[in-house]
Amino acid sequence: MTPLAGCLLVSALLFSVGLAGALTRRNAILVLAGIELMLNAANLNFIAFWRFGPHPEYLTGLMFVIFSIAVAAAEAAVGLALILAIYRHARTSDVSEMTEMKG
Amino acid sequence: MRHAAWIVENLWLIPALPMMAAGISALLKKSQRGLSTALAIGSMGIALVLALMAFAEALAHPVLQIENFSWMQFADQWVKLGWVLDPLAAVMLVMVTFVGLLIFIYSLGYMAHDDNRERFFCFLSLFAGAMLGVVIANSLLLLFMCWEVVGLTSYLLIGFWFHRPAAAAAAKKAFITTRVGDLGLLIGMVWLYAQTGTLLFYNYGSGCLEQRAVAAMAAHATVAGMAVSTAIGLLIFCGAVGKSGQVPLHVWLPDAMEGPTPVSALIHAATMVAAGVYLVARVYPLMTASALEVVTWVGAITAIFAACIAVAQNDIKRILAYSTVSQLGYMMLGLGVGGVAVGMFHLITHAFFKALLFLGAGSVIHGCTEEQDIRNMGGLRRFMPVTFVAYTCGMLALCGFPLFSGFWSKDAILHAAHGWGVSRGPFYLGAIGALLTAFYMTRQMYYVFFGPQRVTDASVGAASVAAHSVPAELIEPVVAARAGEVCIIADPHESPSVMTRPLAILAVFAVLLGFVGTPAWPWFQNFLAGQPARLDWGGFSEPGLLSLMAVSSLIVFAGLGLGWWFYGRRPMVRATDPDALGRLAPKVFHALAERLYVDEIYGVTVIALARFCAGFAAWLDRWIFGGAVRLVSWIVTGVGWLDLGVDKFVVNGGFDEGCRELSRGGRLLSHLQNGRVQNYLRVIAGALVVLAVLLLWGHRG
Repeated sequence: MTPLAGCLLVSALLFSVGLAGALTRRNAILVLAGIELMLNAANLNFIAFWRFGPHPEYLTGLMFVIFSIAVAAAEAAVGLALILAIYRHARTSDVSEMTEMKG
Repeated sequence: MRHAAWIVENLWLIPALPMMAAGISALLKKSQRGLSTALAIGSMGIALVLALMAFAEALAHPVLQIENFSWMQFADQWVKLGWVLDPLAAVMLVMVTFVGLLIFIYSLGYMAHDDNRERFFCFLSLFAGAMLGVVIANSLLLLFMCWEVVGLTSYLLIGFWFHRPAAAAAAKKAFITTRVGDLGLLIGMVWLYAQTGTLLFYNYGSGCLEQRAVAAMAAHATVAGMAVSTAIGLLIFCGAVGKSGQVPLHVWLPDAMEGPTPVSALIHAATMVAAGVYLVARVYPLMTASALEVVTWVGAITAIFAACIAVAQNDIKRILAYSTVSQLGYMMLGLGVGGVAVGMFHLITHAFFKALLFLGAGSVIHGCTEEQDIRNMGGLRRFMPVTFVAYTCGMLALCGFPLFSGFWSKDAILHAAHGWGVSRGPFYLGAIGALLTAFYMTRQMYYVFFGPQRVTDASVGAASVAAHSVPAELIEPVVAARAGEVCIIADPHESPSVMTRPLAILAVFAVLLGFVGTPAWPWFQNFLAGQPARLDWGGFSEPGLLSLMAVSSLIVFAGLGLGWWFYGRRPMVRATDPDALGRLAPKVFHALAERLYVDEIYGVTVIALARFCAGFAAWLDRWIFGGAVRLVSWIVTGVGWLDLGVDKFVVNGGFDEGCRELSRGGRLLSHLQNGRVQNYLRVIAGALVVLAVLLLWGHRG
């Protein structure tokens, strides 16, 4: 097993855990945490493909990840703010009760 | 040429003033009814003053004076109207305005208790205006228009108490019966226009009554060798027959007595019914000898026919109505045999004494609390002295008592009839009519004013108005049953002075007016002919005149004596006693009381025919034309139902089904979007897996 395959495997595992968390948790904050995990799995893939790719001397993968983390941080801030606003409005953070967009 | 006088140029003011008064009072509120009566009487007063001015002008210049004006364009020619002032029109103007004014004043008292007084005065003013229009019209068209307005107001005033069915029916009858005659007048008018091209009577030589047109028409023969002017004259005479109540169109006039009594006096005795006579006098140049023969016979037959019926009537106004019909017959007779002056002289004297008689009858009715049956009156001379004296003057004038006005005018007619070359028949009819006139007036006088106050049955007295239509035989058993009960008209009283003063004025004229047309001083006749009059006692020495006067006086005395013999000798005590003449010849009397069954004959002939035609037309309308309409409507309805079915089951069904399917699909799909974010994520995740599997699959392949 090559180091790349091992990294991808870990990353896939991490993604699956995040996805499972996002799909099964009722608490909106934990759903957000699951999404962060999936994002980080993607970051890990970036690093792995850069580190074991043909041109590890250019810092392309690293730069991608730094941007991605910054975007993720902003996204988390927005997401938490949304959750807070919803909580204030509906007095709950349970995503299964937020069905106002039902068609 | 002399410049026309102011009054000739403004003669139109005379009819226009009462018409304007009518128009204004029609617009007034009910609370201003005092103003409406003031307007009517004021306008009539001014009209009288103007009429007197016109009369003075006609006296000063006894020639024909006309004023014509263009009315409207009709194809390439102008229809002209105009007015005329000649002695004939001047005399009529003064008579109508004077008698009209007195009757207006009298109405103040008579209609004092009526709620619709302002309507009454509005109609009266309209009538007076239209009548004056008839008098001054210089165009047959203008005359016809005013003539029809006169007919309309007559209808409105007969039906003034329209809540009484009898009044409403009488109004309709009057309107329709006169319409029959007016149809002839209209046809005659159209024919006259076709022949002469103008309807102006006089137009400086080119009018339809002037020498040129009349000569042309007399020379022109039509069916059965009759001259055109004869035919036109007879057609115009048809209108006069309807309006003046000549046989056979007289039936409406007695029924017209359902109207208020001043109306009977003004319209149905003094002025409107005389309009027919005036019309014949106005178109006299058209009347050829053969047309005048018809006029004479119609007049003579009417005179005696109506006089016979009057003998057996019991309603005080109906007796006067038949007497009016009879006197109008005399006027026609006079026109036929003696010319314009003879007929018009009787028209004028008759207007005064008949208005007097009607107003007197109105005063009697007013004083007896609306009682009209002479059998229920009696002895009234003690309670109504003024009315009694005035009525006696009118009655003697009507009978032709020597030296009263009716004597001179009726004698002129009889004299002319005596000298008529064609036949003596009209003279004998007229003489017998004079006898009957004296007889029925005496009968009425004895019934109303003499004898004791008659005992009537209580219920009859209460049902006063209806009583006169109940035959004596019907009430008799009731009276017998209540033998002890005595009922007389409660408190008969003299009328107020606003009613008796016009009576007094009219009485003076009824006595004296005849002296303007005596054989010795034929001022009236000469005035109409445009000649100066002078006193000439030699007028009496005309052969046969004095003996004829003696004969006619004898006839009058005989009539009065007969009346006294039947009714004066043994005054009736009870209202239900059979009539003295009725005892003598019950069958004849009954037939006369039933108005010789003329109404019934019309009922089974003319009216039955009209009803049959109406029924046939109704049948035609209902089943033929109506059937076609109904068929079309059925077809259209059927098509409509078919459309409805197609629409409902095909078009609507298709749309409904499509819409149902669409909404069901929508409902199904809406389950997907249930608002749970994690579900969406799950779908995305599933899709991702499927995508990954597909990619891997493809990579391997």
